[in-house]
Amino acid sequence: MTSFILNGENISVDAEPDTPILWVLRDHLNKTGTKFGCGAGLCGACTVLLDGQATRSCLLPLATAAGKRIDTIEGLGGDHVVQQAWVENNVPQCGYCQSGQIMSTVALLATNPSPSEDEIKTALAGNICRCGTYPRILKAVKQAASSSFYDASQSPDGSAS
Amino acid sequence: MAFSRRKFLLGTGVIGGGLVLGLSLRDNSVPYPAAIEGSFNPNAWLQITEDGQFVFQLHKTEMGQGVIGSLPAILCEELDLDPQRLTIQHAGIHPDFADPSTGGQMTGGSTSVKASYDILRDVGAAARAMLIAAAANRWQQNADDCTTDNGVVIDANGTQRLSYTELANDAKSYLDTPYVLKAAKDFRYIGKAETRPDALQKSTGTAQFGVDIDLPNLKTAVVVRCPHFGGTIASWDASSIDSLPGIIAVKEIHSGIAIVADTYWQARKAAGQLVISWDKGPMADMDSAKIKQQQRDLIANEKPRVMMEEGDTSAVWDSAATIIEADYSVPFTHHSPMEPQNATAIATERDGEMTMEMWIPSQSPDLSRAVAAHFTSLTAPQITVHTTLMGGGFGRRGYPDFAGEAAAIAEQLPSVAVKLLWSREDDMQHDYYRASSEHRLKAALDEDGQLIAWDHTLVASSIIKTMAVFMAANLLPDWVPASVAESMGKSAGGLIANYDPIPCEGAKIPYQAPNITVGHLEYDSGVPTGFWRSVGFSYNIFVVESFIDELAHKASADPLAFRQRYLDKDSQWRSVLDLAAEKANWGQSQPGIFQGIAVSEPFSSFCAMVVDVSIDPDGKNYTIEKVVAAVDCGIVIDPDVIEAQMEGGIIYALSAAVKAPVSFKDGATVESNFHDLPVIRMNEIPKRIEVYTIKSDNSPTGIGEIGVPALAPALANALFAATGQRLRDLPLRLT
Repeated sequence: MTSFILNGENISVDAEPDTPILWVLRDHLNKTGTKFGCGAGLCGACTVLLDGQATRSCLLPLATAAGKRIDTIEGLGGDHVVQQAWVENNVPQCGYCQSGQIMSTVALLATNPSPSEDEIKTALAGNICRCGTYPRILKAVKQAASSSFYDASQSPDGSAS
Repeated sequence: MAFSRRKFLLGTGVIGGGLVLGLSLRDNSVPYPAAIEGSFNPNAWLQITEDGQFVFQLHKTEMGQGVIGSLPAILCEELDLDPQRLTIQHAGIHPDFADPSTGGQMTGGSTSVKASYDILRDVGAAARAMLIAAAANRWQQNADDCTTDNGVVIDANGTQRLSYTELANDAKSYLDTPYVLKAAKDFRYIGKAETRPDALQKSTGTAQFGVDIDLPNLKTAVVVRCPHFGGTIASWDASSIDSLPGIIAVKEIHSGIAIVADTYWQARKAAGQLVISWDKGPMADMDSAKIKQQQRDLIANEKPRVMMEEGDTSAVWDSAATIIEADYSVPFTHHSPMEPQNATAIATERDGEMTMEMWIPSQSPDLSRAVAAHFTSLTAPQITVHTTLMGGGFGRRGYPDFAGEAAAIAEQLPSVAVKLLWSREDDMQHDYYRASSEHRLKAALDEDGQLIAWDHTLVASSIIKTMAVFMAANLLPDWVPASVAESMGKSAGGLIANYDPIPCEGAKIPYQAPNITVGHLEYDSGVPTGFWRSVGFSYNIFVVESFIDELAHKASADPLAFRQRYLDKDSQWRSVLDLAAEKANWGQSQPGIFQGIAVSEPFSSFCAMVVDVSIDPDGKNYTIEKVVAAVDCGIVIDPDVIEAQMEGGIIYALSAAVKAPVSFKDGATVESNFHDLPVIRMNEIPKRIEVYTIKSDNSPTGIGEIGVPALAPALANALFAATGQRLRDLPLRLT
């Protein structure tokens, strides 16, 4: 059994230690909000926060995550300011990459609450969207960042700012 | 239970200024899908229950293009109900859902709104009329005096109100009530930007895609396939993997070796250790260079089939003042939707008969069923298909080979629920690629620089040929044995390959020249090819709109003015071209900014684009400062969906226009993941995208693919304006 903290709760999983966290979440814990896109850390669909850092869960072995904090899209609660900005801007098309885009955004805003356009583009360059929702993602990130409601305590990584 | 074949065809006539209509030829001899016991189910799309539910069957599949909002809005407009009150379900297979033009239920060709607009208005208005009739009867009033407001019928005096749900049961007695359609000026929902019904679920990780389907005791399967197209298994040995943790079964299927395990990771790890060798098959020495050479040889040596002919181009060449010739080349490209291909199936044996239930993220539930039947011993009626949300389609999910694999695995493991899941490498190496094409262009100008002849010969492979086997199986009646249907499809595919109109989409130029010839040469490389967002338009518009630009420069004319010269002033071509030019300040760009323009008519919609570029100091890299798009897709259902699809189409097109193509060696795909098949990322998008829509009263056409074709030529033309380099091959590379 390997233990880690998932969205604030202690979790123990019986899986091979090399099992990527992506598959621990999806196949062992039935948390399917985190998506499989490339299996090689290239597309960002599987992005989660590992101790607050945006991390590709398809390349993160269970053994490495032992004792650490993992936050996923399910942990944002559904009315997180970033999620609200996503809905208000009608960002998703197919929607498959959006969990990863949102988690990368949450990680960015936790350390840089008012990023420039270039900083947003750089921070999200690891997250591919084939539908081409990038212009709307950009708008939504700016809106979330400018929201007076945004503060680090909204982030799962409240300590990072 | 017996269902009577009740097809109602009512007379039409004019009453009270509106056209009174009756539903014709709707077919309820086949039970409506997902029917709720006791509900008011006036047509295949809508159910109203007495406990207050409005359930809508979405007969086109949602893959990001927004039908989940657009189609319900059309029905709700006439029903007079806020679309937000609907419960939307992906529909099962039903004859009423088939597109009359194809006979099937495929979502593609930007046809969803175009093909559904009239029927969804009809069924919405008819249901409203039935509900009013039921209310009028209760009140003993004249139905013509009653009105509705968002799900409520209001009586003549405006005092009594009955909700649609209260009337659901009574309305069943008024199925044949004539109805009147709304005037467009009274539209409340059509033309309004709405929040997507799936926006929240897709922002919270709760939207359920095919990959997320969960069933009791679900297992995961991966398939090890021969990397060489047309190759087969020479030998395999599962002894090294069948005792690995979690492995349930290792089975040979038509496409390779299926490894079934408790989890994906167990199956994937085992797949890497499978001992297997391949017979590379007939294409073992095929590579990209050979394909290109064979296509070029065809153009040089063979006489094309004429697809468009006006005047006589051959009579012009000797006497023309100026002849311009050029070869263009467009490579194979990949779809790469973000959700890897997958399908889930469970086979159940009862009293010696096998049935199968499937969950498939597919653009075509009926074709998926036909493919599943093709690769198993089951017949289509024994297979139930549930369509799930799709993590992108772009045409790839129009050919549901993954459904055939999942069915074949499940058939061998009765009572075990199996989810087949492809890796990204599987997806990129076993795609049904956008076919490569080669083009030879020749044009003549007279002494005044007027276009007097245009000749275009193209080589591209037929898509219908690949699909025909399954399309035949899908369209022929169930009593035609599968083997007969397949062989009919195969021969039909061979016959129609030479007459397949798809490879020439967009090659028939709108420019009014006196002599025009467009010819097509069919070429089958053996590489699987299929529908790719905007299909034939994706390469022909690049070629046509680049070459017309060449002619304009040769004629020393402005590229916009040169196009305008050969297009009717009142045409939709002109209206989008002129609007894009106006909004982009054509011809008045700032120093250092260079513009290119292109116009297109994909799938009956019209789109023009102006791209502004600036060239980096190194002379090779450049920045897309702005893309201005003008579109005419008839009546706008949801302006926000149009903007989103245009933005997305432009960015999808940009990947194919500038990023590395798919290549082949030893009869196999060389590239395998996003490192060697890169796509546009956030930091590479145009600095600005502006979308303008023509206000129109014409019936709506499509939008899903409309933003794709014009981007590559508008960009290439801008790069020419900036550098003098005419880039005739995709991807575009400055040297």
